[in-house]
Amino acid sequence: MKPNNQIIVTSILLALITPALANDVVPKLLQGYRSQAAQPFSAEAGHQLWIKPFADASGDKRSCTSCHTSDPKQAGKHARTGKRIEPLAPSVNPERFTQEREIQKWLTRNCKWTLGRECTAQEKGDVLTYLNSL
Amino acid sequence: MKRWIIMGMGLVVVLTLGWKMQVSMADEDDYWERTRDVAAVENPVYKQECGSCHMAYPPGLLPARSWEKMMAGLEDHFGENAELDATTATELTRFLLDNSADVVPNYRRSRKITRELPNESTPLRITELAYFRHEHREIPDRLITANPDVGSLSNCNACHQKAEFGSFSEREIRIPGHGKLDD
Repeated sequence: MKPNNQIIVTSILLALITPALANDVVPKLLQGYRSQAAQPFSAEAGHQLWIKPFADASGDKRSCTSCHTSDPKQAGKHARTGKRIEPLAPSVNPERFTQEREIQKWLTRNCKWTLGRECTAQEKGDVLTYLNSL
Repeated sequence: MKRWIIMGMGLVVVLTLGWKMQVSMADEDDYWERTRDVAAVENPVYKQECGSCHMAYPPGLLPARSWEKMMAGLEDHFGENAELDATTATELTRFLLDNSADVVPNYRRSRKITRELPNESTPLRITELAYFRHEHREIPDRLITANPDVGSLSNCNACHQKAEFGSFSEREIRIPGHGKLDD
């Protein structure tokens, strides 16, 4: 096989097995966060943040898992209203992470609800990397 | 000459009938609007933005002043953060105000809600409206809060099967694990 063909075949295979490549919304966001983050983004750090409990004003614990469950490939349930939340992992729900505006909106709202503050660029980058890796 | 008179009279009769029919059709429209419960929610932005976490409540269930206050405090929306970018918030506030219970009172439930609401009160919860409480007063807790498939009276469409279409008729009620509402 000519080297040229190899490149083409490899890219096609990569495109097939990596759903994240289907759109460039997340890579673009990550690029923006990278300049403000100290460490390279890591799926493991994202996972740790995903399951980490934070105390709310009354001392009860909240985490991403309160609504999204500990498995982002599963559907979740709004902690207050009980309304179904479709899975967050783009590998099972391709509609996720296709609009930058939606990602920003939910990161802002949900970091404030869960952590009681906005997330840092590092935290956002880690969580997105984690969810995109599933 | 006689023929002209007859034709003229015929024309008058036809025109009068036509006009009457139009009037009665307008009355019927008005009647239909009045007897419908509330307008169904069709605004796609409202459905998407407000319907992600809970049912997209019909704007006709609260007066304009309530929606205005609610949209001014989305950072603490009943304990949740529901903040929106300024453009979307402005667009949705306009939609809510334009379709609120006291601005479009041509719906049966909107009328009743407004009528039973003191001028000085600005309720934020539909479930705390006098009219709402009255309508739900006989439903025991075991069917609502103690019912895992309902959980709360704010979960309209758990029982009102056509709530999403703005219809809250008693006939359409099916309480999960219980069935129809008995008298």
